[in-house]
Amino acid sequence: MSRIHVTTTVNGDTVEFLADPRETLLDCLRDHVGLTGSKEGCGTGDCGACSVRLDGTLVCSCLVLGVEAQGRTVETIEGMATGGELHPLQRKFIEHAALQCGFCTPGILVAAKALLEKNANPTDTEIRYWLAGNLCRCTGYDKIIRAVQDAAAEMRGAA
Amino acid sequence: MRYHAPQTFEEAAQLAAQAPGVTRFLAGGTDVLVQLRAAMVRPDDLIDIKKIPGTAEISRTADEGWRIGVAVAGAQLGAHAGLKADWPGVVEGMELVGSTQVQGRATLTGNLCNGSPAADSVPGLVAAGAVAEITGPTGKRTVAVEDIPTGPGRTSLTKGEVISALLLPPRGAHGGDAYLRFIPRTEMDIAVVGCAVSLTVEGATITAARVVLGAVAPTVRLVPDAAKAIIGTALDDAALAALTKAAEAACSPIDDKRGTIAFRTEVAGVLARRAARIAYDRARGGKQ
Repeated sequence: MSRIHVTTTVNGDTVEFLADPRETLLDCLRDHVGLTGSKEGCGTGDCGACSVRLDGTLVCSCLVLGVEAQGRTVETIEGMATGGELHPLQRKFIEHAALQCGFCTPGILVAAKALLEKNANPTDTEIRYWLAGNLCRCTGYDKIIRAVQDAAAEMRGAA
Repeated sequence: MRYHAPQTFEEAAQLAAQAPGVTRFLAGGTDVLVQLRAAMVRPDDLIDIKKIPGTAEISRTADEGWRIGVAVAGAQLGAHAGLKADWPGVVEGMELVGSTQVQGRATLTGNLCNGSPAADSVPGLVAAGAVAEITGPTGKRTVAVEDIPTGPGRTSLTKGEVISALLLPPRGAHGGDAYLRFIPRTEMDIAVVGCAVSLTVEGATITAARVVLGAVAPTVRLVPDAAKAIIGTALDDAALAALTKAAEAACSPIDDKRGTIAFRTEVAGVLARRAARIAYDRARGGKQ
């Protein structure tokens, strides 16, 4: 199987890798680029643990082929903190204990960040619908909603 | 598997026509990649059509209709004020498909070509009178959207043919459409029954209508008798009763874990009434 050379931008850095055309973007990020923050839960676009931004759009990286990333911009959980400083969403998830095993957390953080960029003051219902494609089997979601609301409030205050 | 990213639909059609083995076209990938992973399909050639110019665009046609590129994702439809004003039923059908993440990728054309009788975006397209522009190895043709699916997972497209755009007709004045589905939860589920209605009014009287049911037959089904039941009426109780009867009569669903034959048939009538009411109100009260 001939591999395809892919050049893409991940979290602001130019990245190159050789992809089997059957490999997903998630496989490529984890196995070729070494970014293991994005997780594989279901591999079929149901659970959202692999959520990344592709040219700014929130997608499941398990439903994108690595070769499709050619010339595009990818943002993953690894790009969320600035230097050593956590993003407000990351801080609030810790403060509110909005995670237990943590497997879904990177995907939820990436998805929640995309929501707050679009809607700085969402209702609980809007957050729940936006995150409907991010499954969490530990928290019961309530703490996640509270953490997103608290981060949103802090970010509005800072703006 | 060979990956191709052609620059034109003609090139895509030639690639598919000449491919010796299993071929799949890739747009949003939300069905194709799942099938690949489940080993339901093992394509020898995968043809990514997103690199073709114009496939990610929504544009006005010369006759005031719309041309929707085959790679336009659900989220793009939802963010398009002009299209939403003209065809809210088409847009709300597509927006029911999957999660936020799936909306970032999934397309109308993919939903159509996947051939599911429960596809949420297809009844709205059929009710609207949408047409698929198909590019094949010998040229282009256009086909009404209702003639694309032929059964679960099957379409009328022949080897080498690929849908190159979806065309929505001009909405015109005093028109409205709507799509409703029944699922036992609030989101992220497959329709037990779906129904789309598109109609136009003159004053209070319905002058034209198309009623379409999903998930109650092997394909999405256009129901002319249901349209006849409300054309010439002001959607009064007698018209709604006749609409219900016609919708129920058009059902030939399966019994499965999502719903029984009796349940699906009854819900088809209920959704037809409700969708007709919303479309009627939109047609009369200005577009929503």
